[in-house]
Amino acid sequence: MLGISLCAPGAFRDASKMAGMNRQADAFTFILHAARASGARHPFMSPSAAYSRTAIALHWLAGVAIIATFSFGLYMVDLPFSPARIRQYNWHKWAGIAILALSALRLLWRLRHAPPPLPSAMPAWQRRVSHATHHLMYLLFFAVPLAGWAYSSAAGFPVVWFGVLPLPDWVPRDAGLAELLKPVHRGLAYALGALVVLHVAAALKHQFVDRDGLLSRMLPFLSR
Amino acid sequence: MRRFLIVFACLLPAVAAAQQKLLPAQSEVAFTSRQMGVPVDGRFAKFDAQVAFDPKKPESAKIAFSIDLDSVSVGDAETVREVRKPGWFDTAKFPKASFQSGAVKALGGGRFEIAGTLSIKGVARPVTVPATLVQQGPNTTATGSFTIKRLDFRIGDGDWSDVSLVANDVVVKFRLALAGVPPL
Ligand code: HEM
Repeated sequence: MLGISLCAPGAFRDASKMAGMNRQADAFTFILHAARASGARHPFMSPSAAYSRTAIALHWLAGVAIIATFSFGLYMVDLPFSPARIRQYNWHKWAGIAILALSALRLLWRLRHAPPPLPSAMPAWQRRVSHATHHLMYLLFFAVPLAGWAYSSAAGFPVVWFGVLPLPDWVPRDAGLAELLKPVHRGLAYALGALVVLHVAAALKHQFVDRDGLLSRMLPFLSR
Repeated sequence: MRRFLIVFACLLPAVAAAQQKLLPAQSEVAFTSRQMGVPVDGRFAKFDAQVAFDPKKPESAKIAFSIDLDSVSVGDAETVREVRKPGWFDTAKFPKASFQSGAVKALGGGRFEIAGTLSIKGVARPVTVPATLVQQGPNTTATGSFTIKRLDFRIGDGDWSDVSLVANDVVVKFRLALAGVPPL
């Protein structure tokens, strides 16, 4: 929604950064800029009002999957030890790994396709907050499922994706480590939840308070 | 009486020679169960064996094995609490699982096939256990694995009997170190 402005503020800031004014010693941003510099379409040269269809599809797919997996996570942890809980834990893990894969795809796409520029009337502080929110969300798209995966392995339950594809353990099986990772997965998931709420609230504010048409970049039918 | 005692005393070493000793610290009894495709490993910390076994005379072998089911560890702490419950091992009522050998067959190359009866949770079933013996110094290690069907023993009945959730097949693996086994 809110213009996945991962480092969106666009062409002019890009240029200034290339000129050495880069104050953000952020590796992530650096990668993005490097990818963009290496031949990705430049937003300045091909301005477009909306996100590409692929970006829109990936965005809504991820949005639905993350909100569903999050809610499911909250629900399942309160179940008593039962067949239902084991089933739902596994579904949660499968969905979470799917989100991880989807996020990798999305990041790759995003690295090569700059989003449309933000409305020019948008104040600088909002750009900064939007920028930071999107960075953090992308970080958590990876950190949350990776922490869940690690926790699962440490607890002695290696992940078998959809019940057929065994995924490797990349942390040792260790009950103490599992106890440590459990609140890490939860804390990161809650942080992602909070950012999603902020993200949705901002998108709604743009739509109904600012009325700047920002949401239609992610929901093209709104502008018809 | 005196003569009887002498005869008894003479017999004692013979009996002792026929008895091998299990070395628990070097032995392991483990199992793998599957939950929706996920292998969940477990093991038993306490078990004991009475073994009278001469590799040259397998037909006269006698092996009795027992496992203290309360000593189970599997998955996380919650899973351990669960498997002790009546629906699974019911360790309060059936604290031990046992195996009693019947015919033992030598297959050559240190490999043996031990037919016997496995009793868990009040259910006795025939099983065939393959074992491979390796001798090193004074000790002999017997390793092997076999598969049992948990529902044959009513392990995880009721709500848990759905085998698409917890597979029926459970692989049991063992490595038993024994002292005093005559040479192969
Ligand atoms: C973006 C993906 C994911 C999201 C949003 C998410 C979210 C959550 C949430 C909200 C909870 C409940 C935390 C609590 O209230 O205690 C939870 C628990 C859990 N998650 Fe995830 N999760 C994701 C991915 C994964 C993955 C990939 C795995 C494992 C492969 C996983 C494994 C678990 C487990 C095992 C629990 C239960 C922890 C417990 O027993 O307390 N999650 N998750």
